[in-house]
Amino acid sequence: MISGIQTAAYVFASILFILSLGGLSSIESSKRGVLYGILGMLVAIAATVFGKDVEGHIYIIVAIVSASFIGIVLAQRVKMESMPQLVAILHSFVGLAAVLVGIGSYLDVGIKEITNLEKTIHLTEVFIGVFIGAITFTGSIVAWGKLEGKISSKSLIFKGRHFLNIFLVLVCIVLGVFFVISANDFGLNYLIVMTFIAGLIGYFLVMAIGGADMPVVVSMLNSYSGWAASSAGFMLGNDLLIITGALVGSSGAILSIIMCKAMNRSFVSVILGGFGTISTNTEATLIEGEITALMHGEVSQLLKEAKTIVVVPGYGMAVAKAQYPIYEMVKELQKTGKTVRFAIHPVAGRLPGHMNVLLAEANVPYDIVMEMDEINDDMSSTDIVMVIGANDIVNPGAEDDPSSPIYGMPVIKAWKAEQVIIMKRSMSAGYAGVENPLFYKPNAQMLYGDAKESVDKILGFLKSNQ
Amino acid sequence: MIVGIPSEILVNESRVAATPQTVKRLLKLGFEVVIQRKAGEKANFSDLQFENSGAKIVNDAIDVYNHSAIILKVNEPTLKELEMLQSGTVLLSFLRPAQNQELLQKLAEKNVSALAMDAIPRISRAQKVDVLSSMANIAGYRSVIEAAFYFGRFLNGQITAAGKVEPAKVLVIGAGVAGLAAIGAANSLGAIVRAFDTRKEVAEQIQSMGAQFLTVDINEDGATDSGYSKEMSEEFIAAEMALFKAQAAEVDIIITTAQIPGREAPKLILASHVAVMKPGSVIVDLAASSGGNCALTTDGEIFTTENGVTIIGKINQLPAQASQLYGNNLCHMLEDMGKAENWNINMEDTIVSRAMVTHNGQVNWPPKPLPVSPTKPQAVNTSKEEQKEIIKNKNKNNGLSMLIKLGCIGLLLLGLGQVAPAEFMQHFTVFVLAVFIGWQVIWNVAHSLHTPLMAVTNAISGIIVVGGLLQTKDNLNLSSILAFIAIFFACINIVGGFFVTQRMLKMFKK
Repeated sequence: MISGIQTAAYVFASILFILSLGGLSSIESSKRGVLYGILGMLVAIAATVFGKDVEGHIYIIVAIVSASFIGIVLAQRVKMESMPQLVAILHSFVGLAAVLVGIGSYLDVGIKEITNLEKTIHLTEVFIGVFIGAITFTGSIVAWGKLEGKISSKSLIFKGRHFLNIFLVLVCIVLGVFFVISANDFGLNYLIVMTFIAGLIGYFLVMAIGGADMPVVVSMLNSYSGWAASSAGFMLGNDLLIITGALVGSSGAILSIIMCKAMNRSFVSVILGGFGTISTNTEATLIEGEITALMHGEVSQLLKEAKTIVVVPGYGMAVAKAQYPIYEMVKELQKTGKTVRFAIHPVAGRLPGHMNVLLAEANVPYDIVMEMDEINDDMSSTDIVMVIGANDIVNPGAEDDPSSPIYGMPVIKAWKAEQVIIMKRSMSAGYAGVENPLFYKPNAQMLYGDAKESVDKILGFLKSNQ
Repeated sequence: MIVGIPSEILVNESRVAATPQTVKRLLKLGFEVVIQRKAGEKANFSDLQFENSGAKIVNDAIDVYNHSAIILKVNEPTLKELEMLQSGTVLLSFLRPAQNQELLQKLAEKNVSALAMDAIPRISRAQKVDVLSSMANIAGYRSVIEAAFYFGRFLNGQITAAGKVEPAKVLVIGAGVAGLAAIGAANSLGAIVRAFDTRKEVAEQIQSMGAQFLTVDINEDGATDSGYSKEMSEEFIAAEMALFKAQAAEVDIIITTAQIPGREAPKLILASHVAVMKPGSVIVDLAASSGGNCALTTDGEIFTTENGVTIIGKINQLPAQASQLYGNNLCHMLEDMGKAENWNINMEDTIVSRAMVTHNGQVNWPPKPLPVSPTKPQAVNTSKEEQKEIIKNKNKNNGLSMLIKLGCIGLLLLGLGQVAPAEFMQHFTVFVLAVFIGWQVIWNVAHSLHTPLMAVTNAISGIIVVGGLLQTKDNLNLSSILAFIAIFFACINIVGGFFVTQRMLKMFKK
C-alpha cells in the first residue's frame, strides 16, 4: 500500500517536524524551525499526492489552492490581539477534518475487506478518531466565540452538568459497542449520532470554562487536535499521521500543564470548569484601606522621578491595543536613562505567550521583556510598577490570603515596589471575580480609563516637559 | 623597629600619617611608634590619645627622624625635612614622582628608600594600600557637601505645604573613584545625577551608583591599559564640549574629577560654559591642584563669577577621616612588607618594586607599564560534583516509584500485544515513541514563543490532510466529497498556521 520511497519521504517529513518544534527553543533558531515545518509539510503532501493509490488530483488541486488562498488572507489580516481567536478557529478545522476523514474512512469500501479482528480494531480507531475530532470541533468553536466576545466569557454552570457529561460519554461508549458489532451499513447511523453527542460534550466542556482559563483551554484543544490527527493515522495505517499527531498532542498537553502550574490549579479542575464559582460563595477577607486615584500629569511626574520602572501588561493592554503607545512611552523614559523592563506572567492574556507576541509586534526588544520568575526578586528595588490592564496576576491575596480563590497561584509581586500605578478601566474585579487587595495598599494608586488613551496622555506630558 | 611620624609642615595640610587607631595596629604588627608632639592636632587627635594608644611622644621633628627606621608622612618632604632624613631610612609618603624628579634624585643621594604611596599600581591586590582611591573617595564625597553648602537650595525634590521643590541636577565629569563617590553622595542627598566619562566601560558603574550615563555619539573609547583614561581625538572633544555646554545650561551643580596622571588636567568647562550657567550654580573642581578642569578655577580658592556661579578650587580634606584611611593604607603596606619581624624590601614584589621610587641609592622611576584594566569576572559554575550529587539524590527517590510505573506499563502493553494484531502494534510503537520525542522537545520551548508554538503545531496538525488525500477518488462519491472538504479545511490550517507564525516571529527583535 505504501511504497518504499513514500515511507522514506514520511520519515524525512517526521524528522523535519521534530526539528521544527525543536527550533522554537530559542528566538534565534525559531525562524529556521518554521522553515523546517513548511518543508516537512511540502514533502509529506508531495509524497502522498504522487503515491500510486491517490486519485482525483484535480479535486485535490482545487481544494489545496483555494484553501491556501483563504489561509494566507486569514493569516495576513489577523490582528495580533485576535491571535487567540485565530488559533481557536484553526483548531476547529482540524477537528472537522478529523471527523470527515473518519467518516470517509468508514465509507471507503476498499478498507472494509479485512479480517474480523482487524475490522474490530479499525472500527474502534475510526470511532475514537471521530469522537476526539468532534469534541475538538465544537469545543474550539465555543472557545473562538468566547474569545471573540460572541459568547459570554462567563462560565456556564448548571446543576448536574458533570452527570450530564458522564452520561453523554457513556452513551457514546454504548454507541461505540453497537457500531463495532453491527455488520451492515447501519453502523453509519451510530457513528453519526455519536458525532453529534461528542459535539455536545465539546460544547458543554468549553462553555463551563471561564475567560481567564482560556490559555489552558486553547492549549488543551491544541492537544486534542493532535490526538485527532494521530487517531486518523491509526485508522489509515499511516505512520506519518501518527507521529505528527503525537508531536502536536504532547505539545498541547505540555502547554496546558505549564499554564495550570502558572495558575496553581490542577488540570482536572480547570477542564471541569468554573473559575470564580468558589469566590462567590466564600467570604473573602475584608480588605482595609482606601483607593487613591491619580491624574495623568501626576503619573508622568512620578515616572520622571523614578529610576527603575517595571511594566506589567495584561489582557487590558491587548484589548486597548496599547502596546504601541506603551513602547513609545518606554522609549521616552529610556532616553532619560531610566531602566524600564516588562514583567510577563505566564497566563497574562488569553493564549500562552500572548503578551510576548503583542510586545514584539510593537518592536519591544525581547531582552527587556522578563518572565515573572526572572523579575520578581527585583521588585523590592523597583521604584515604580505600572500595571496596565492586568488584575489577578498581581493580586497579593494569592500569597497571603488563604481564603482567596486564587491563593497559591504564583503572581508578580508588584506591591513590593516603592510605588504601584494601576491603569484600569473601572473598579471591577478581574476574570477570576476576585477583589484585588493591591488596589487598597498605601503604595498603590489608580489611573482610570482606557489603557491606550491613558498612555497616550502620559506620553504627551512626558514629551512636553522635556 | 621604630616607625616615626613627624608633623606635616605645609600650611594647608591638616592630615597626619597615623591616628590613635592605626598606632595600635602598628604596635600589633610589632613596630614601636614615635610621634611628634601636636602632629595630630589639626586632625583632632590629641597627644594624650596617641600616648594612650601606646605611641611615644617626642618634641621635635629631628628626634623623630633620628630614631626611626621607617618614616610615615603625608606630603613629600620639603628641603628642610630632606636634610633631617637619615641614610638608610624607609620613607612612605605621597611623592608625586612624575613631577618631582629632582626630589627623587636627592632622596637617592641620601640613600633613602622612598616608597611613593601615590605610585602604587592599581591592581586588585593593591586595593587595600591604594591611597589614591581612599583619598579620592573622600574628595568625591566632600565635593558634594561643599557644593550643597554653596548651593542655595535643597538637593532633593520635596512636596511641602509651602510648595513644591524641584530636585537639583548634578553633573559629575569623570567617573573614577572620586566621581563615583560624588555620584553616590549626590544621589543619596536626593539630587538628579548625570555623569560623563570617556571610558565606555564605566557606564555600568555609573548607573549602579544611581546616575544617568551621558555619552556622545562618537564611537571612541578612552579606556587604557593602565585603568586611567587617555586623551581623546579632536572630533570627540568637540562633541564633548557641545554636550557640556548644553548640560551647563541645565544643571545646578557640576563636579569635575578628570585627571590624567602626570599631566595638566584637561580643560573641560570653558568660560563660555560657565557663562550659560544659572546664577546660584556651583562648580566643584577636584582637579584644581593639577590645573583645574574648569578654565576659571583658581587653585585653593573659592569665588563667585559675575553671573553668580560659585567655583570651588579647594575642598576640606576631612582630616580625621582622611588620616584614618591613609593610616590604614600605610598599616597594610607595612604588613605586606613583612611586619617588624620579617621586615624586607622585596624588589621582586610588583607593588613594592613599582612604588619604591628610590632604593639603594638608585632612582627607580618611571616603572615599566603594567596593564591593569580589570578583566571581567568569569561566571562561577556550581561544581559538577554538587550537581551530580543532586541528581543522584533525585534519582534515588524517583527510582522505586518509576520502577513500579514501568512495571504497570509493561504489563498493559503485554496485554495489548496479546489481542492486537502485529500491524497495530507496529503503529502503536511509532505512536509511543513519537509522544516521547514530542514530550522531550517541547519542554525546551522558550516561554515567550508559546504562541508561535501553538500556531506551528496547529499548522502541523493540518497533516490530517494526508488522510483526506488518501481518500479522494476520481469518481465523486460521498467518501470522496467528505475527503475533499477535509483537505480544504486542513489546508487552510496548514497555510494559515505557518504564515501567521512567520509573521509573528519576524516581529521578535532584540
